[in-house]
Amino acid sequence: MIAHLPILQVVVPLLSAPVCVVLRRHNPVWVLVFLASWTAFFIAVLLLNAVSRAGEIHYVLGGWDPPWGIEYRLDVLSAYLLLIVTAIGAVVISFARESVIREISSDRIYLFYTAYLLNLAGLLGVITTGDVFNMFVFIEISSLSSYALISLGRDRLALLAAYRYLVLGTIGATFFLIGVGLLYVMTGTLNIVDLRARLTDVEHTRTIVTALAFLTVGISLKFALFPLHFWLPGAYTFAPSVVSVFLASTTTKVYIYVMLRFLYSVFNPAFVFDVISLDLVFLVCALLAIFSGSLNAIRQNDVKCMMAYSSIAQIGYMILGVSLVSVTGLLAGIIHLFNHALMKGALFMCLACVYYKTGSVRLGDLRGIGRRMPWTMAAFVVAGLSLVGIPLTVGFISKWYLVLAAIERDWWWLVAAVIAGSLLAVVYIWRVVETAYFRDSDDAKSPARAEVAEAPLSMLIPLWAMIAANLYFGIDTSLTIGLAEQAANYLLGAGP
Amino acid sequence: MTEFFSEYNYWVVIILMMSGFYIVISHQNLVKKLIGLNLFQISVFILFISMGYLEGGTAPIFSEEYTQYASPLPHVLILTAIVVGISTTALGLALVVRIHKAFGTMEENEITGMDEDT
Repeated sequence: MIAHLPILQVVVPLLSAPVCVVLRRHNPVWVLVFLASWTAFFIAVLLLNAVSRAGEIHYVLGGWDPPWGIEYRLDVLSAYLLLIVTAIGAVVISFARESVIREISSDRIYLFYTAYLLNLAGLLGVITTGDVFNMFVFIEISSLSSYALISLGRDRLALLAAYRYLVLGTIGATFFLIGVGLLYVMTGTLNIVDLRARLTDVEHTRTIVTALAFLTVGISLKFALFPLHFWLPGAYTFAPSVVSVFLASTTTKVYIYVMLRFLYSVFNPAFVFDVISLDLVFLVCALLAIFSGSLNAIRQNDVKCMMAYSSIAQIGYMILGVSLVSVTGLLAGIIHLFNHALMKGALFMCLACVYYKTGSVRLGDLRGIGRRMPWTMAAFVVAGLSLVGIPLTVGFISKWYLVLAAIERDWWWLVAAVIAGSLLAVVYIWRVVETAYFRDSDDAKSPARAEVAEAPLSMLIPLWAMIAANLYFGIDTSLTIGLAEQAANYLLGAGP
Repeated sequence: MTEFFSEYNYWVVIILMMSGFYIVISHQNLVKKLIGLNLFQISVFILFISMGYLEGGTAPIFSEEYTQYASPLPHVLILTAIVVGISTTALGLALVVRIHKAFGTMEENEITGMDEDT
């Protein structure tokens, strides 16, 4: 049983998905999805435990030895990502019940849960697999299900957002496939470890450089790096609230993981950064992402759209860490994967609660909401402070290591840029807080709104669990920093 | 010049790929965009399939008659990729049907003019 955990991690949600279609009725389906999500979380915890003892876990599918067969391979970085995705999945599903009933028509709820499980299985598969073509298949499983999830949004613009994401996402995945094809032409293998070994002889050929270019662009499209981010705001804004929570806190992180996997485990980082200077490209894109994302977020009147643009800026911080090519920089990037999942998850959960009660997340409709939904908006304030990077929250930890990494290279202008980015975050978070607490709602005009009370406990408890995690991991960083440091050292040192 | 034509399969791939990509970017009709996307994907399938071809090679059959084998792996991979491509197209078309129902049109420039509130 223990030996089979790497495959169970993927198979449990994957096989639960069709069962949902058979069960159809809301309650049994929800119980099944709840159990599957928490099982996945416990498997991830066990795997993380096993990886921290053994260093690496290899699982050979069907007894076909690698490099011929498909191998599942876990190291610290992948176990850490598994923990993020499954933890968010488990919390989101505990939170989802009421919100889904409110936002998705009852005859489609079981399809929603099916697509959610497929998405989860796809993401977990991308993380565990050690075979690049298998990775492509899992990328497509998670992407296709996320297009379906987004299209379930109530606004008819959700359909258009899903369509646009489908077109761009498919272009990204096809670029990925071209890159994999070119690697295969030169090496004759698809296994990550084997690829690394065989690439050293041919890495300076034009074919391999082209492969790297296709892979970088394709994967960057998937995690919405600055000039390739156009699908993201629409997708996050018009998706059902729960879907926004899940996608915003997991998908982009997984694709950044894929990027790291290729940069450090498939290609030789010395080649990627010293010869091709990809770090410079990442640095420029990351800075542009931080400022354009934040400035666009300030302009938005729909709070979900604001948070979506803020995500683009936050992806900038992660890639900024990667572009510094040092242990501290990489550590900052990796830890921000976890921290951003916590804060953006919490923020989107607050918006889900508000939408549940008022049916709107437009800034104009949030006037005075702070007094009617005190717990929800208090959570928003804490998560917002975390996003800005105030001490005692997780956001501070990420920014702190990012600043340290910049100082290590004597780049004081970069420290200034990070602080300026945080100040921009203060501006847009403040816009929401000011409207919620210091603007009076026109109760006379809309008497129905005055009666709005707090969201149900089944939503508030997971939300506050998330907030507690934001604070806890901002104070006791031994677990997260320890893992991120191991992962960063592992990537920069030992290689695959 | 001979080198130029000996690798003609790659030229076919590039021409198909760029035409598909161009259609996706330039057309406003959502169905035409999907056709372009399909063309784009198919070019990659041809890239994989043609690189698995070996002149005079057969399928890997254990027999003394045959000495040259072509690798079947690229073909197997593309079978999977074709399935993925079909699912993408099906989902895309389903979305277009829903979009047409909701907006009454399939032209992207007409749709973007309708709900310009965000």
